[in-house]
This record gives sequence, C-alpha cells and structure tokens, in this order.
Amino acid sequence: MTILLMSGLQIFNAHPALYWGSASNFDHPLVAICGFPDWATLAGSQWLAMGRRRHFFFAWLFVANGIVYALLAVLGGHLRSDLWPSRQDLRRIGHSIRQHLRLRFPKGAEARRYNVLQKLTYLVVLVLLCPLIVLAGLAMSPQLDAGYPWLLWFFDGRQSARTIHFVCAFSLLAFVVVHLVMVVVSGLKNNIRSMITGWYDIGEEHG
Amino acid sequence: MADLPQLGRRRFLASVAGGVGGLILGGWGRIPNDFDFTKLLESAETVSRLAQRAVTPRTALAREYTEADLSPEFRANGNTEPSDPDYQRLAENGFADWRLGVGGLVERPRSFSLAELKGLPSRTQITRHDCVEGWSCIGKWKGVRLATLLDLVGPHPDARYVMFYCADAMDLSGDKYYESIDLDGAYHPQTILAYEMNGETLPIAHGAPLRLRDERQLGYKMAKYIMRIELAADFAQIGDGKGGYLEDQGYEWWAGI
Repeated sequence: MTILLMSGLQIFNAHPALYWGSASNFDHPLVAICGFPDWATLAGSQWLAMGRRRHFFFAWLFVANGIVYALLAVLGGHLRSDLWPSRQDLRRIGHSIRQHLRLRFPKGAEARRYNVLQKLTYLVVLVLLCPLIVLAGLAMSPQLDAGYPWLLWFFDGRQSARTIHFVCAFSLLAFVVVHLVMVVVSGLKNNIRSMITGWYDIGEEHG
Repeated sequence: MADLPQLGRRRFLASVAGGVGGLILGGWGRIPNDFDFTKLLESAETVSRLAQRAVTPRTALAREYTEADLSPEFRANGNTEPSDPDYQRLAENGFADWRLGVGGLVERPRSFSLAELKGLPSRTQITRHDCVEGWSCIGKWKGVRLATLLDLVGPHPDARYVMFYCADAMDLSGDKYYESIDLDGAYHPQTILAYEMNGETLPIAHGAPLRLRDERQLGYKMAKYIMRIELAADFAQIGDGKGGYLEDQGYEWWAGI
C-alpha cells in the first residue's frame, strides 16, 4: 500500500490538478498544486512510466489480497462475529466516543473484542473505501469505460473518478495513521504481542 | 475457548515464518544477480491487457458525448510543431503534396492523397481523450475508419499489427514518433484516421494532416502527423522493439488503462 500511494502520487504529479465531471476544464480545477515532493514519490518526479508500472503491479496484488481477505472474512465468520456492530454496540457509541476522546480504552474482557468505533471504522475501510478506490481506478481506464459505461455514470465522469480515487487514497492514509497512533497509545507492547501470538493482556491480574 | 484459534494462529505463523525463511534461504541464492525487477513489474501489463480484453466485449463502443460537452480548451500533447523540414514544406502547401503510404504485409500496397481519404466514407464522433498524465478533454473528430483503408489494401494473413510512422522527431537524436496497435483495435468501429477536429481542418498542434483516434486507449497511442502506415507480423525489429516511441521509453504498449 505504501508503494501504491507513493507511485500514485508520482502519477498524480504528471498533472497535479483535480477536476469534477467527464473532462478537465483547465481553467476551473477543484484543486491545483505544484505536485508532491520527490520524497513522497518513488522515482524522480518526472518518471511517469515507472510510476504507472509499479502502481498497476501492486494494484493487482492489492486486489488479489482483497479478494482472499473478503472470502475469508465472509466464509470464516470474521465479518459477522467481529466486525458487524450489534445493536448493543450502536447504543454505546456516544459512550465510546467520549472514552476515546479522553484516550481511555476498554479494559478487561471488553478489550478483547473490537469496540464499536473500531468496528465501524474497519467496516467503512473494508466495505466502502477499498472497493471504491479500486472501482474509481478502473473507471479511469478508457477500455473499461467502453465495456462498462455504468462506471462513468456511477462516478459522474472520468475526472470525478480520478478525484474520488485521490480522496480515497488519502482517507486510507488517514486510517493507517490513526490506526497506528491508536496501537501505540493503547499499549504498544501488549498490542504487538497479541497480533503475533494471540495473547492479549487484559489487565485483570494487575488490576 | 480462545485456545484453539490461538494454537491455529501460532501454528499458522510458525509455518509462514518457516516458509518465508525457506524461500529466502533457498530462493535468494538462485535469483541471478542480473534479475530484472522491471521485468516483474512489466508482467502486470500482460495481466491488465488479458484481463481487460477478456472482460470487455470486442465491439464495445467508447462513450460518445454531445456538442455541449466539447472542451473549451483541448490541450495538445506530445509535439505541437514538428521541426522536420520535409514536414514543414508539406504544411506550407496545405498538405496538397502529402500522401499516405499504406504498405507492409498487405496484398495491394498503395498511397492516398488527403483528398482521396476525404472522399472515402467518413465517421464523426465526439469522444473523450485521456492523456497518460491524467487529464481528459472532449473533442469532435471526423475521419475515415482504419478498417475501410485496411479493406482496400487487403492485410496479409500474417499481419498482426498496424504500425504508424510519424513526421515528428521527439528528441535531438532525430528518432521519430511511431506507434502500433493490433488488428483488434484497428478494426474497431471508432478507430479512425481523423482529418477534422471540432468541425475544422485538423490543426498542426493536434497532428495535421492525419492522426489516429483509438478511443479505448490513452492519448499517446493516437499517433499524430502520420506519414506512413505499415502492417507487420511483429515489431521486435522496429525501433527498440517495444512497439512505439514512448513504449521504447518504458511506457506500456497496452494503454487501455
């Protein structure tokens, strides 16, 4: 995903402006910048060809991973049992937001499961952002636009799709950053141990 | 309750770690020093081409827009003013002396004047032009279908690609622009050789006297300033062997994405 983001920024730098609709109205972009600095891209900022090659190679890996994950999550019950928020979860959403704002995290048995904010965030990322960024990427392909004109209808044109692709990319980046910050502030050592070994110290022995 | 999945997870992680370690130890020594990671990345192009071809009907048309959608400013990409003296002489004369040679692997090679091309049945289409840089513009194009021309010259059974040789030199070495598409693209109903843009004679900035329109690929495939068309069985011996000037610089031959 890092390579996708960096090569994506490199491709974006070839024409660092965003538009809405089918075509680019050069006088009225939504956003126009001078381009991202070299450190944020992979090759020299002008090397569009290599950026595209990297981007498409890793896009295929991303899609393949996504399909495997989606199948496992649905068939293995991860989606239903861990990700889908229960009614009880949703009732506690206000409480959960207040606790998070104070950087107080669930303790005890509650900490073993995803809390409601986690569930909703993961669902948005998995069910909305990831499929959307792939679809928006596909909608930029003139070949697929010919075969699947609904892509253009769905995104309100190719340039809109490019803008949405860009917004999704930065939303995913924001998710990763927040996720990593939360892993650190809610107990780095304990979290890493649980990811690797499955043991998660819920703090009762020390309580 | 939590023990079983944990055991499963541990065993899984252990086998993954073992597997990765084994691959690194066993495989690394076997990767030759000159292993070309670019080649690995390039494999994605083949996957994209085969996948896109497989899921898109061969005759699916690119969306056609209306006059109201025409871009107020249609950016010109690539060269906008070829410096080649022969080309400039042709341009001064309004391309009256220009002739399009069509040859290579064909039964009846011949050449066409601009007037002869304009005398053939034409197609007009308002389509979106997608540049590899990321922008899009909508323009109206009128020209003769490449299929019409191919029917007149009769491609040889071995012919697989249509090569376009252009008048514009891209760099100081003097290498001229060239491009290629395969016969699937060449016979597509919207693949035309355009001599008019937005209702007027094709401007020099956009490839006068004749440019290719292949609406299901990116802009760089649509060769401008076409001087000669040749059919070929493959392009390994042409240029650096990648099928086009920009392809020789590392861009994909398949520009449907």
